[in-house]
Parts: sequence; C-alpha cells; structure tokens
Amino acid sequence: MSTILVPQSERPPAAAGTGARKLTERAFRVRESGIVVVLVVFVAVTTAVQHRFLNTTNIQFILTNTTVFALLALGETMVVISRNYDLSVGSVLGLSAYLSASLFGQHHGMPIVVVFLAGLGIGLACGMLNGIMVAAGRVPSLVVTLATLYIFRGIDILIVGGKEVVANSLPGSFLNIGKATVLGIPDLAIAIAVVIAIGAYYLRSFRSGRELYAMGSNPDAARLAGIPVGRRVFVAFAVSGAIAGVAGVLWAAQYGTIDSTAGTGYELQVVSAVVVGGVAIFGGSGSAVGAALGALLLNTISSALYVLGISPFWDQSIWGFLLILAITLDQLISVRLTAALRLKGGRRG
Amino acid sequence: MLRWETGLALVVVVIGIAGASVSSQFFTSNNFFNLGLSNGEIAIMTLPMTLIVISGEIDLSVASTLGMSSALLGYLWGRHWPMIGIFVLIAVVGLAAGAINGLLVTRLGLPSLAVTIGTLALYRGIATILLGPNTISNFPAAYTNLGVNAVPFTGNDITYSTAIFIVLAIVFGVILHATPFGRSIFAMGASSEAAQFAGIRVKRIKTILFMVSGLVCALAGVLWTFRLNTAVQDNGLGLELDVVAIVLLAGVSIFGGKGSIVGIVLGVLAFAGIQNALFLTNFNQEAAGIVTGGLLLLSVFGRNAASFSQRLRARLPAGRPRRGRPGTAAGLPPASTPP
Repeated sequence: MSTILVPQSERPPAAAGTGARKLTERAFRVRESGIVVVLVVFVAVTTAVQHRFLNTTNIQFILTNTTVFALLALGETMVVISRNYDLSVGSVLGLSAYLSASLFGQHHGMPIVVVFLAGLGIGLACGMLNGIMVAAGRVPSLVVTLATLYIFRGIDILIVGGKEVVANSLPGSFLNIGKATVLGIPDLAIAIAVVIAIGAYYLRSFRSGRELYAMGSNPDAARLAGIPVGRRVFVAFAVSGAIAGVAGVLWAAQYGTIDSTAGTGYELQVVSAVVVGGVAIFGGSGSAVGAALGALLLNTISSALYVLGISPFWDQSIWGFLLILAITLDQLISVRLTAALRLKGGRRG
Repeated sequence: MLRWETGLALVVVVIGIAGASVSSQFFTSNNFFNLGLSNGEIAIMTLPMTLIVISGEIDLSVASTLGMSSALLGYLWGRHWPMIGIFVLIAVVGLAAGAINGLLVTRLGLPSLAVTIGTLALYRGIATILLGPNTISNFPAAYTNLGVNAVPFTGNDITYSTAIFIVLAIVFGVILHATPFGRSIFAMGASSEAAQFAGIRVKRIKTILFMVSGLVCALAGVLWTFRLNTAVQDNGLGLELDVVAIVLLAGVSIFGGKGSIVGIVLGVLAFAGIQNALFLTNFNQEAAGIVTGGLLLLSVFGRNAASFSQRLRARLPAGRPRRGRPGTAAGLPPASTPP
C-alpha cells in the first residue's frame, strides 16, 4: 500500500472560501459601521449646536417615527437583495391603515390583535398578488409593482372616497401603542428592533435567506444551481406585503387620522433608506440591519434639521444628496471588493 | 416590433369606441382640446424618456425637473426678472439637471435607477427651497394664454402643448428611426458593451440623452406653470410614474433596445383617452390609476404571452404537416435527405 501524496496545487482550497466570506462580511460590517459613524457625527454636531436635540422626548419621537420606515425597509431589503423592487409598499400601507383602523369604528370593542391580523392579512394578500405576477409571469418587478402601486392606491381611493378614519373612533389603547415606553425607550422601537434582528438572522443564517443573495447576484446561475427562484421570489414579495400591512396598522396607531393619501410616496423614501443603508440597487448584497440604520439616519436628519431651525424644505434635497453619496460610495467599495475577491481567488493556485 | 404597435392601435380604437359610447362628448373638438390640456406636458416628457429607456437607462427625475423649473419660474418672476432671461436660465438649469444625471450614470458608473431616485428628491427639494410654501400666480396673460389657448390658425382644437408634442414627436421619431444616432441608441440598449466595441460613444450619447430630457422637462415645467397660472413646489408631483407607464405601455422594453415613437404616440392616446373617458363619466379621477395600472400589467403580460406563444410554436414536432415547404417546422432548417 502506498500513500498517495496529493500535490500542493490540487489540495482543496479550504482557506480561500472562508477568506472570501470573511472579506465580504467585513465589507458589510464596514458599511453598517459607516452609517453608524455618520449618525453619531450628525447627532454630535446637532447636539453641540442645539442641546434640545438629545433630550428624551426628542429621542423617543425619532425612534417612534422611524419604526414604520424601518419595518418597511426590512421588507424592501428582502426584495431588493433578490434583484427585485417593491414599489407598492406605500399603497399597501395606506390600504391596510384605512381598512384595519376602520374595523374599530365598525365593531365596538374590537380587540387590537384582530386589527393587526387584519392589516397583516391585507398586506399579505397584496404581496402574494405581486409575488405571483413576478414569479410566474417572469415579468420585471419594477413594472409589476409600479402597476400595483397604481391599482392598490386606486382601490384605496375608491373604498375611502372622501371619508377618513378619525382619531376619536380609535380606542385609546390603540393610539397609545406609539407612546408606551419602558426605561424611556419606546416599546415600539424595541419590538421593531427585535423584528429586524430576526429578519437579519434569517437573511444571514437560513438557507432560503442566503439564496436571496444568490438570486440577486446572478439570477441565471442561481436557477442553474437549483435554487427554487420562483418560490423564493413569491415568498419575498408576500413577506414584504405582509410587513407593509403591519406597518399600516402601526401608522394608523401613530397618526390616528387616515384618509386616502396615507402612505403616498413612501416607496421612494423606503428604497432610498434601503440604498443608503448599503443594499445594492441591483441586489446581491446588503443587510437588514444596514437598511434599518438607513431609515434611522434619514429620520434623524429630518429631526435634526427641524431642531437646528433649518427649514424642513431642505429635507428632500439632503436625502436626495445622501442617496447619491451612498450609491457612489457603494460603487467604489464594490469595485475594490471585486478586485480583492479576485485576488483571493487567484491565490489558490 | 410592428406587432406591438398594431395591438396598441387596436386598444386605442377600443378606447375610442368605449369613450364615444359612454359619452357623446368624447369625439368633440372641445374634448380633444381638453385632452391636450390635461396631458400635454406628460406627453412631451415621454419623448426623451423613450430614448433613455431604449438606451438601457431610466430617468425618474423628470417630474422633479418639471417642478424645479416651475419653481424657478415663479421665484425669478417674483424677483422681477424679465421673462426672456427667465426662459434662458430655466433652459440652462434643465440642461444642467440632465447633465448631472448623465455624468453620474456614465462617469461614475452608477445605476440610473438609483441616481434618478436621488435626483428626484434633490430637484424636488430645490423646488421646495426656492418657493417654500409660497405660490406665485401672477403671471401675465400673454404667457398664461400659451398654456390654455389654442394655437392660432388651427381652429380651436390644438393646445400649444399638443402642437409642441406633435413637432417633437416628429423630430424624435426621425432621429430615433432614421439616423445613425438613433440606431446607436438601440444598439446601446441591446448591449452596452457590444455597442462600445462597435465604436459607439455610449457615454457621450447617454449624457446627451439625459441632458435633452432635462431640457424638455424644464420646458414642460414652463408650460405646466402657465397652464395653471401657478408656481408651487409640488407642481407635477408623482408624474414620473405616469410617464414611465406610458412609455412601457407603448411597447418600449424596460430592458432597453426596443421601442418606437409611433408606439409612444399611441400610448399617449391610450392613456389620455382612458383618463378622459373616465373623467366624462364622473369616475373618481384619482382612482383612474387602477386603469393605468391594469393597462401596464396587460402590456407586460401581453408581451410575455407573445413570446410564450412563439416559444410554444417553435416546439411543435417537425413531422407535423405544414403548408409550403414540407418537413420544416418553425425556425428549423429543412431536413437534408441522406445520400
């Protein structure tokens, strides 16, 4: 019996695979920490100029305001990572907000849980509709969700007419959801942070979550590799819709008055938050935590401008500018990352 | 490509019949005039958008450029600038806005979807900064008439915006379909790399397209402001979706490389026709989006159905008897007889 020595060049490249993964993980962390750094700098500068900024009420206000967008950002992240877009989230939110909140007016003593489930259901239905069309019809999601943005909003307008749900028709316990705090931190913010942590864990550690990245990175390769692309896309849209539905109920709880314009224009803000948060516009990379941080950053900036006495009219320009800055940064990082990954792969042999 | 336009023409005819049956006012010249009024600016904006989408990009900042130009118009007029000076500056700003888009996309290599979402916010923000909560509504009649009157010598049918659309449609149509420049746009959309290697100056052309879009949208902003005699920061809010919807409806592929100006004209007619028919029946105008959305879906599923049936036909077994050359199935060469 002779031992067969495997030549150096043919030994399986064990280190390279994990090396590449470590590099990309590091890039994610760098991107996320980048947002945190910008956030901290912003808060520091604003507080230096205006001490009011960092008081408890204001922080609670910012956190509560961010919850809806952070939630929407989570759903949108799943979709964008797989190289799709869900532009209908604003319309779904509006539809869900009105329909679920009006339940209170129709049936006295309606338990809040039921209202949340109703919102979830409405969002899920809308999301599944999107999902079927994109997955089965092989139609670009940009077009499909653009169409459903119109259709869902139109349905909302037809249902709502000129009416609106007013705050007095809603039970106090519902309206207080946004205000309850524990140790000074709004309950809502904690709950949403937990949800985002779950979402982030799913995307990183579950096979189906990671497959979303594969689909966004190279759809054809993913299909050939045996990933059930259609099913994953369907689920991603269904989840995004369900999340938008729940976000609608939360929106109703925070604002109290809902008419047919609820949620108009949110889709672009959500996509911006997601892109600022590091999710590549063509999919394949990004993290849920980053997207949530992006939503937090944009909201913090709005609040900071207000506190600094800068007219809120500057809001949009600034987030537009930030978006462009973010994608420029991402482009530079991805170019460097690709080059570095190629080097690591080359070292194998 | 002719197939799509024929289908769309049929749709337009159907809409026309439906509109006429729903309201006796549909085919009156007065109604056609109103149609031109309410959709003129959108129609004008679809023309440069078509070229951009065919080249493989997209420009979502069109409505914000319209808004920014409208705000600039109001702002400068409020400061008593002469109108000619204002027009020149608006044209320059429009070109600059487009140039920014173009440079970010071509020089920095950023995806146009993301860039134009950013400039959508940026330009709308600039409009908001310029005007704040103010509304300027004291434009002289000589100009506001351009917005609401008919072009002289054409009877009472054609608004200035309609006339401008017709002229621009012819110009863009000729450029797109009958010049090497236009052909290179198709080439870029089909494959940017191949076009580059074929010697087409992809970056320069795309930048030009974006600049033209900026200029045309600035023009649309002026028309919009005069028509409503109002300059306010949210002029044109959300119009980009209507423009993209019409462009997709017209058969322009979102992936680039396919489309036609004839399709755009038909698309504009279809879109305007539906809005108009709904308006005449007192259907809730705001909910007319359902119809636009439905049409959009039909347009993409219809396209898929067409290619689906083609794929199906190609799979037919070769042995099935066909008229003409025996032994040939769709797309397959005739079987050679063995020696």
